[in-house]
Amino acid sequence: MNEKQPATPMANRINVARAVAWRSIHNFLTNPAFLVPALMFPLFFFVSFAGGLAAIGEVPGFDFPSGYTAFQFVFVLLQSAAFGGVFTGFAMARDFETGFGRRYMLAAGQRSGIVLGYALAAIFRAFVTWAVLTTVALIAGMEIAGSGGEIVALYVLALLVNIAATMWAAGVALRVRSIQGGPLMQFPTFLILFLAPVYVPLDLLSGWIHAIASINPITALLEAGRGLISGEPVLIAAAFAIGLALILLFTAWARGGLRRAEAAG
Amino acid sequence: MSGSLRNQVGQLAHRSVLRTLRQPAQIVPAIVFPMFLLAVNAGGLKDATSLPGFPTDSYLTFILAVPFLQGALFSVMNSGTDLARDIETGFLNRLALTPLRGAALLSGLLAGAVVLGLVQAVVYLSVGLIAGAELAAGAPGALVLVLLSVTITVAFGTIGLFAALRFGSGEAVQGLFPVFFVFLFLSAMTLPLDLLTTDWFHAIASVNPVTYLLEAIRSLLIEGWNVGQLALGFAIALAIGTIGMAAASSALKTRLVRT
Repeated sequence: MNEKQPATPMANRINVARAVAWRSIHNFLTNPAFLVPALMFPLFFFVSFAGGLAAIGEVPGFDFPSGYTAFQFVFVLLQSAAFGGVFTGFAMARDFETGFGRRYMLAAGQRSGIVLGYALAAIFRAFVTWAVLTTVALIAGMEIAGSGGEIVALYVLALLVNIAATMWAAGVALRVRSIQGGPLMQFPTFLILFLAPVYVPLDLLSGWIHAIASINPITALLEAGRGLISGEPVLIAAAFAIGLALILLFTAWARGGLRRAEAAG
Repeated sequence: MSGSLRNQVGQLAHRSVLRTLRQPAQIVPAIVFPMFLLAVNAGGLKDATSLPGFPTDSYLTFILAVPFLQGALFSVMNSGTDLARDIETGFLNRLALTPLRGAALLSGLLAGAVVLGLVQAVVYLSVGLIAGAELAAGAPGALVLVLLSVTITVAFGTIGLFAALRFGSGEAVQGLFPVFFVFLFLSAMTLPLDLLTTDWFHAIASVNPVTYLLEAIRSLLIEGWNVGQLALGFAIALAIGTIGMAAASSALKTRLVRT
């Protein structure tokens, strides 16, 4: 007689994560209200920055080898990675607001699998967005001087940003448990991204924005990404260390949020 | 305007203004968000002034025109969301039972947009001047700038009213925000039209009315008095307002028939 073995905690966590991820991905792909903004926002930014600011590439001292389109592509890639995570946080908050999150909490043996599932969905969203963004950038004539390995490293860097942003947004969503927490997820992310060298390299910034950008961790990620796409890698170890540190920090934040949600019942 | 109509507009305008002033969630983002972007853009794109043909040596002065348009975009959301809430809660249905005229309803609802536009324009201009921006047209230019800003805000507000009446849902109105942002992004927002070197972008920006609204505001800040650009700016704002109002009136009739 074959008795069913009870699932190990890890297997249980993975099962929960798969179920949550499947539902989130299904919602993302089948609801235009979720899919369209996720694709359109990065494209608007890319078109506006790369198209409208192309003349900035002619500013004295601006010598990015791959041109302004590639320079802006890296920013928009990291921005879409971060906002993919934030939008997933919105979905999580909405689920808790409508009561679906509580049902997840009741049904899941290993509740950390819920957060893991949303994180997997965020990664999927990011891949879809990046596929469209990269295609548009290449059609627009973006020059890539980096090797295959360097380009893979660029996308891995973006992946780290995506996971970190998802954990940040999950922490907020699990604490607020309402879509009203949306601005709390979005505004700090927007702030930290735009206080980095968005339009020109750090060396060309001056005054207060140079001072802030110099200590902003996103600056290292941006500079490393731009170095990778132009085949002149810089700050790689620092950027990956920052990316991993942000993930650890915000995973702890998300775990705290999960405990708050459990305590709230 | 007859006494009855004046009274109707006055009552609704009073309600609309109070409603706007009592909702910091409407006013604060409309002030803070454009000011944050102003600071970031003015700092990050300072070197653009070294491009040959750039019209001023102060990028802050150049980019100061943008918050006025961003503020107007918030007006679309605010006026539309307020009306959508009236539709969702059934308040519009109750108004429909009164002898209230459609023109009074729409005009009264725009009073909140007028107040918000006024507050925004004064704050944007004050912050810009304190931060070191120039106003070539002087004190009379400041008055014209505020008037133009309020006209643009009200014009955009009519689009919010139309969207609310057409869709009847606050969520649908909020969904319009990215659409209107596209108009701002695909304009001469960050560089003058002549310095948009990407051909397709230049072509789109050239036919985008937002470009000419920005140029009208910039003419007061950078040049002084450029009557042609100012007239074009006011004409475009009035045209948007007229079209928006006509569309909103038509949508109101349709909605009241359904009711």
